[in-house]
Amino acid sequence: MADDWQNGGFGLYVHWPFCQAKCPYCDFNSHVAASIDQTRWRDAYLSEIKRISDLVPGRTLNTIFFGGGTPSLMQPEVVADIIDAARAAWPTANDMEITLEANPTSVEAGRFQGYREAGVNRVSMGVQSLNDDDLRRLGRLHSVAEARKAFDIARNTFDRVSFDLIYARQDQTPDQWVAELREALSMAIDHLSLYQLTIEAGTAFGDRYDRGLLRGLPDEDSAGDMYFLTQEICDAAGLPAYEVSNHARPGSESRHNKIYWRYGDYAGIGPGAHGRLTFNGQRHAIDTALAPGKWLETVEKTGNGDQSCTPLTGFDQAGEYMMMGLRLRDGISVNRYESLLGQPIANTEELESLGMIEHSGDQLKTTDQGRAVLNAVIRELLPDSEGA
Amino acid sequence: MTELKNIRNFSIVAHIDHGKSTLADRLIQMTGTVAERDMKQQLLDAMDIERERGITIKANSVRIEYPAKDGQTYILNLIDTPGHVDFAYEVSRSMQAVEGSLLVVDASQGVEAQTLANVYQAIEADHEIVPVLNKIDLPAAEPDRVRENIEDVIGIDATDAVEISAKTGLGIPDVLEAIVTRLPAPEGDRDAPLKAMLVDSWYDPYLGVVVMIRVIDGVIKKGDQIKMMQTGASYRLDKLAVLKPQMIDIPELGPGEIGVFTASIKQVRDTKVGDTITHDKKPCDKPLPGFKPSVPVVFCGLFPVDANDFESLRDAIEKLQLNDASFSSEMETSAALGFGFRCGFLGLLHLEVIRDRLEREYDLDLITTAPSVVYHVHMKDGTQQDLHNPADMPDLTYVDHVEEPRIKATIMVPDEYLGDVLKLCQDRRGIQLDLTYAGTRAMVVYDLPLNEVVFDFYDRLKSVTKGYASFDYQFTEYRQDNLVKMQVLVNEEPVDALSMMVHRDRAEQRGRAMCEKLKELIPRHMFKIPIQAAIGGKVIARETLSAMRKDVTAKCYGGDATRKKKLLEKQKAGKKKMRQFGKVEIPQSAFISALKMDD
Repeated sequence: MADDWQNGGFGLYVHWPFCQAKCPYCDFNSHVAASIDQTRWRDAYLSEIKRISDLVPGRTLNTIFFGGGTPSLMQPEVVADIIDAARAAWPTANDMEITLEANPTSVEAGRFQGYREAGVNRVSMGVQSLNDDDLRRLGRLHSVAEARKAFDIARNTFDRVSFDLIYARQDQTPDQWVAELREALSMAIDHLSLYQLTIEAGTAFGDRYDRGLLRGLPDEDSAGDMYFLTQEICDAAGLPAYEVSNHARPGSESRHNKIYWRYGDYAGIGPGAHGRLTFNGQRHAIDTALAPGKWLETVEKTGNGDQSCTPLTGFDQAGEYMMMGLRLRDGISVNRYESLLGQPIANTEELESLGMIEHSGDQLKTTDQGRAVLNAVIRELLPDSEGA
Repeated sequence: MTELKNIRNFSIVAHIDHGKSTLADRLIQMTGTVAERDMKQQLLDAMDIERERGITIKANSVRIEYPAKDGQTYILNLIDTPGHVDFAYEVSRSMQAVEGSLLVVDASQGVEAQTLANVYQAIEADHEIVPVLNKIDLPAAEPDRVRENIEDVIGIDATDAVEISAKTGLGIPDVLEAIVTRLPAPEGDRDAPLKAMLVDSWYDPYLGVVVMIRVIDGVIKKGDQIKMMQTGASYRLDKLAVLKPQMIDIPELGPGEIGVFTASIKQVRDTKVGDTITHDKKPCDKPLPGFKPSVPVVFCGLFPVDANDFESLRDAIEKLQLNDASFSSEMETSAALGFGFRCGFLGLLHLEVIRDRLEREYDLDLITTAPSVVYHVHMKDGTQQDLHNPADMPDLTYVDHVEEPRIKATIMVPDEYLGDVLKLCQDRRGIQLDLTYAGTRAMVVYDLPLNEVVFDFYDRLKSVTKGYASFDYQFTEYRQDNLVKMQVLVNEEPVDALSMMVHRDRAEQRGRAMCEKLKELIPRHMFKIPIQAAIGGKVIARETLSAMRKDVTAKCYGGDATRKKKLLEKQKAGKKKMRQFGKVEIPQSAFISALKMDD
């Protein structure tokens, strides 16, 4: 019998933890460092790739994703070495997707050609806003004009370019967002990530919010309006949502991210990277040390950057599959979910009668309505604690 | 044994903060009753809550030896009484045990509502009253105006009022002399059969029940076999003592004397305040008239926040009842709040004190439901039911009419706030009985329904008068009115814990306030939820909680799975702690806030 991960594929995530500045809304593992010895980092990544490929050898690698932090601060040679090492470690798909996250500044755009030559075939740009005031409020170092210029260079360099926008920002009205979104759609090639601003604990915004200093955030109703307007406008523009916050022309979805949502296997390397890897017939949840220096030293000294590697029960996997899978418009396979859980799915009738979910063959999907309140839907559907 | 002519028994009447306990402390201190090193503030208030709130809850007494200017040594027995209306019954019986009172009035503030109620009790008990003007050292003191005020409002001669500062000790010797020269000595017959009044009793963890008595006739000795004339129970005295204020053993107590005894009595309930104590073998022929037992007038539910604490709550309530027979309890079950107790109290302060003691002394977290009064429900078949809990209101088709307790409330307030006070009383269905002025202070007397007062009247009064009003009340009668039970329905399901009795004319307003509040307190669900207030089947107020519009995590990639799933699992576990009403889940905190209704 095939392992469950094969339903989702296999990808490699490379975390580059450094940024030029920390954005106030960002809760990702990113750090600002004065100087970085990129050779040392390269060696550590290569050593991790080798180690993991010994653990899960011979499987086809579908995707590589350079995330961060700001991976567009990596030297193209380092990116090239990592891609080459991955290609050497696993058989790769012919159409392997290799994505790199980039900040839309001129400095970084200057490296695009190098990344392309290294093998990168898709970039995802953190444009975040098409409004200079808001870019400043979001703590971004680029201007709209600079972003547009960088975006043009990217689209001339790569076939596939996506960019991110953050909405439901401070003092943003639905009308303003609609105008900005239309402008974004006129630039877009085949993929857009549209995120509602989320105030995360432990960020500068989170701190300001707790002290009552982050004013003008839309309330639930007006944030809801913006969300539904976004769906409507993107559908009409031919970039429907295939996931809660991700929109693409059919066929241009991020294959790497879909591995997460389809609950495939992924190796995560770099500080704070997470992985799900099936070996010896058992899926494991893996994480690494958060602090860049600590991860680097651990890899150099012990040859293993993992901080923990925990076997996941069927119950755990079922919960993760549901939580990730229902984010996709395609939903989850009930058979697959039930065979992970070892018992039938529960509590669907009420949600179905409320119009939050629907069945289509073996697939269980959220409706547009249900996806907007996905957390509530998942709270209902998540299996009760094990044995209960 | 002390000669009757050398005994003086007295109490102190004062408004809260006018210095009653401080004066008591000074009297004890200046006569050397307590060694200087053992002195502490509010010496007679043993409970933490009494000290913290600056109030006296339980009566207490102290025996003071005072060598007077006439060369003789007197025994002064002070019975310290609670000042608050809730404990009026304690005051009235303590008054019966003494012959005189010191009326302490703050020389800068004048007579307040509570002073009035208590001084009338003293007058009723035929007390000789010595007015004392306290805080005379304050720049704002106006002794002449306050003297006039005492004469106007109370109607007693204040010409010879003693001017003191209990804080600095100024004038305290004059108070001691006034007690000796102006208060009468007790009367009694040493050779008659024993006749003593049971003044109070309390539970001591080491000694069991301690009984405070005032001997009228005869002599009581340690080892005596005594009888309680009302209960008929007989006991042998283990210990006889006087309070200084700690217990000092004494061989005997004669007429006019006040002391305490223990006699292996198990619970406070076995002793009846006002009972007559006599000798088993040679009883007196006629008992004292006794007192009416105090009856709880305010009821509320007490529920443990954590359902596992129910047994601890039961134990704690039983222990407190050992000491306070005036507080009643019976088990109650609520769909919203689980298992708890419906408890009866003498008033709101009593309720707060008991709740504080349960939470503090027994380390419990409690939910207190909105206080309610006892209604008399007259059924069509001629029977009458006492309704302690609105949830138990019988079906209206069987009910002929409902009566509610009314009170006579006296409020004294600086005239600049009078308008607000009148409006407040009027809003609470009050009927004005009297309005008089004493200087710039007005005294208004209102006939009010008690249920409007237990709700949040004190707080409102305090806030509209910036704390300058004083308030007191006494129960008058039960009176019929248009009273109905208002139910709250959430998604068409009745929520028992939120039912309340209201006057029909106030129902819409209360109903609206409750629905609006619940709309804020109940979390949104995936469907919209009607919240209604209804009388019988008729909806009188309605709000709609709209459906949840958006609750989705914007970003969730490979690195987020573990953390986000834990969060959702935690939220799911939190849902389980909510109370389920049909399809609606209501957090317990919503009930707590809704029941407070502090608007």
